[in-house]
Amino acid sequence: MSRSTLPKQHAFRPLPPELVDAQGQIEAHARNYGLDFYSTIFELVDADQLHAVAACGGFPTRYPHWRWGMEYEQLSKGYSYGLQKIYELVINNDPCYAYLLASNAASDNKLVMAHVYGHCDFFKNNHWFSRTNRKMVDATANHANRVIRYMDRFGVEEVETFIDTCLSIEDLIDIHLPFIKRRDDPERYKFAEPTEDEEPIVAARFPSKQYLDSYVNPPGVLAEEVDRRRRQQLERQKNPPEPMRDVMLFLLENAPLKPWQLDVLSILRSEAYYFAPQAQTKIMNEGWATFWHSTIMTRHGLDAADVVNYADHCAGTLASSPTRLNPYKLGVELFRDIEERWNRGMFGPEYDDCDDLAAKRHWDTGAGRGREKIFEVRRIHNDLTFIDEFLTLDFCRRHKMFSFGYNEDSGYYEIESRKFDDIKRQLLFNLTNVGRPLIRVDDGNYKNRGELFLEHVYTGVELKLAYAHDTLVNLQKLWTRPVHIRTVLDEETTILSFDGREHTTATSEEPVTIQEA
Amino acid sequence: MVLRIDRDAARFRQILRGRIRANLRKYITHSEMIGRKGRNLVSIPVPQLDIPHFRYGRNQGGVGQGEGEVGQPIGRADDEGTGSGKAGDDPGQHVLEVEVSLDELAGMLGEELELPRIEPKGRPSLEEQKTRYNSIRRVGPESLRHFKRTYVEALRRQVSEGSYNAGNPSVVPIRDDRRYRSWETINQPQANAVIVYMMDVSGSMTDDQKNLVRTEAFWIDTWLRTQYEGLERRYIIHDAAAKEVNEETFYHTRESGGTRISSAYEACRELLDRSFPTAEWNIYCFQFSDGDNWGEDNRQALALLKDSLMPRCNLFCYGQVESPYGSGEYLHALEEAFGEEHETLVLSEIAGHEAIYDSIKKFLGKGK
Repeated sequence: MSRSTLPKQHAFRPLPPELVDAQGQIEAHARNYGLDFYSTIFELVDADQLHAVAACGGFPTRYPHWRWGMEYEQLSKGYSYGLQKIYELVINNDPCYAYLLASNAASDNKLVMAHVYGHCDFFKNNHWFSRTNRKMVDATANHANRVIRYMDRFGVEEVETFIDTCLSIEDLIDIHLPFIKRRDDPERYKFAEPTEDEEPIVAARFPSKQYLDSYVNPPGVLAEEVDRRRRQQLERQKNPPEPMRDVMLFLLENAPLKPWQLDVLSILRSEAYYFAPQAQTKIMNEGWATFWHSTIMTRHGLDAADVVNYADHCAGTLASSPTRLNPYKLGVELFRDIEERWNRGMFGPEYDDCDDLAAKRHWDTGAGRGREKIFEVRRIHNDLTFIDEFLTLDFCRRHKMFSFGYNEDSGYYEIESRKFDDIKRQLLFNLTNVGRPLIRVDDGNYKNRGELFLEHVYTGVELKLAYAHDTLVNLQKLWTRPVHIRTVLDEETTILSFDGREHTTATSEEPVTIQEA
Repeated sequence: MVLRIDRDAARFRQILRGRIRANLRKYITHSEMIGRKGRNLVSIPVPQLDIPHFRYGRNQGGVGQGEGEVGQPIGRADDEGTGSGKAGDDPGQHVLEVEVSLDELAGMLGEELELPRIEPKGRPSLEEQKTRYNSIRRVGPESLRHFKRTYVEALRRQVSEGSYNAGNPSVVPIRDDRRYRSWETINQPQANAVIVYMMDVSGSMTDDQKNLVRTEAFWIDTWLRTQYEGLERRYIIHDAAAKEVNEETFYHTRESGGTRISSAYEACRELLDRSFPTAEWNIYCFQFSDGDNWGEDNRQALALLKDSLMPRCNLFCYGQVESPYGSGEYLHALEEAFGEEHETLVLSEIAGHEAIYDSIKKFLGKGK
């Protein structure tokens, strides 16, 4: 896309010639290394513009909502107090848009460019992004228009309140849905009466002589039996037939919402699906981008004068602390580890079965497949499978990793374990479903009273109760009938309910679905 | 685009203000919730403004990196420590602090309590003379000569005379060209106000009671400050004898000994005589006490109040805080002497923090 055809809001300053040159060089290096990306457009912005864009999730146009404003105030405050600074901002779109801070030194902006090309390559090639909308800049602008139109028509307050309500369930989506066909498409053109090809419901009869029949098989009982079977059959047609992870979709299809509300809900849902892969691949995405900025910068991009500055900023991004596992650091180190292991052939049964520590340490089959392997990894994996597959005992030891937990007595987080299995289990748990509880719709007609029944698939960690209550309130607003969720509270199966007026809590006999973490 | 984010930010602030307004009663009654910040700003904690989701509780743990033995604490639960699993990140406890200007706060107070705007004393004599240099004259002292005007005049004269030479532009003013700055005297209606706080600090007033007084005084200040430009505050404490003190001492002194309210009235009268002539000042008196007075003093106190104080004041407010020791009789004495409804006297009982809200409304609801 050429600059002149860009929509008006993209009218930022043109890149100064030295950055245009830098972009050309870095893009060429990136391509030489085999990175593959959509064309990338860099915008030079000042801090205020950057915060405005970042507050809206990187998009120049979003529907009006107070939380962008809140985000913006926090970013600009943090910046003016010198607490934080956004280095890089890039959106997954075709073409990719990335923003450069005008006040950054040229060497910093080169670093950012190299980093951005890493991201762009990841967006384009990672499988988990393959179903995202690549024209999202246009889509969000379109969404904004629709929401504004509703606001004009129904009032800002009304629409905004509805958005707030919907946002409560924005994370209740099925992150695998884009890749799995969960059910048949509804058949639009099936007009035949469904009962025709089904067996008519008849009651079972006892064999009997004809003159005894009305005694052995009394007609009243038979009629009751038919009735019972019909009811059973109806119950079998449960909605949803299988528990459904995509609560947003279930509400779209079943909640009594007005047309504009349905449209707003579907907008929020499609944006939630767009952002989901970014949360799923945080470690990999940042690790990959960091890997490439450090490769490109240290081998090609640096003047002697810039080295200290570069090293300083790079170290700043990669710093880790005891309570914060830095995704940049973890990601880039894992990619480096993988590259080295596959370069030296440190994989496969032969290596795994080897008991000789010295031999393992100096293992080198000269396989030289490291580069090829990391490109494959970036194509296939997401954070969860990435850690599952490539986090090794060696790596944990080398990086002094540990798992920690909350100690109720002291009120502190304490180091719990340095065992590899524990660390890995903990990390995988934190990454499962992006670290959020698994919630699914179990029944849209609970007790045959049109009530909504959700289930929290329990994995050993309880819900935060105050939040769960508030979320139920919002769900009830959408569903309009009472809503329930089955979860575990103080180690007992519990049903939390909200009927529009008050919250009730009941312990349940029926065990909750438990999934081993 | 920047305009757009401004709109969202404005909306966000508007919602925050709404939250503050909705909770104003709570803020008024809990003095500690408001931190003063600078001269004209207060910071107010606002209950969470985030969207509820289903989230894990606290006990989910995480993975970290670094030195340390098993069992070693690495951070408090409230710290901003976030692992990849967001351990310790507890949005439920996020308290947003918003800075609100005192003016805005007073505005909310006024709106919420439906306080009428105050009509300053309608005395035309309450005027102040001000000098403004806003005109030009042909005569005046040399120190006020307006150089630019003078040269413009000179240039104009030379051009019309034809003596101006563009090739050699020299402009020489003569006596007639000179222009001088000049002033006008304007009369400005003046609205000065003084608040005199009087408080009983005898042994029966405990710290709790003083806190009540302080909270109430804060809100009274906040409101009156928006109504008058120059607001002065004076503080008088008394037990059996009275003296004028500064704000700090006012709230933190504790005396023992008897109580003679007349001593405070006397001190107040002297103060007003000395510094605040009735003709120029809107006078507000707020008296706080637990209602204990030395029996024989009542007569003298009421006489002073009636003859010397009430005629001068816009408003004389008596707030009686409930105290475990005080008898609370003085309020009845006042009621008896002046009746419950009086033009300049407002009586209010402040039973506890909860009552502050209504008490403020009562005091300031008269719009005087």
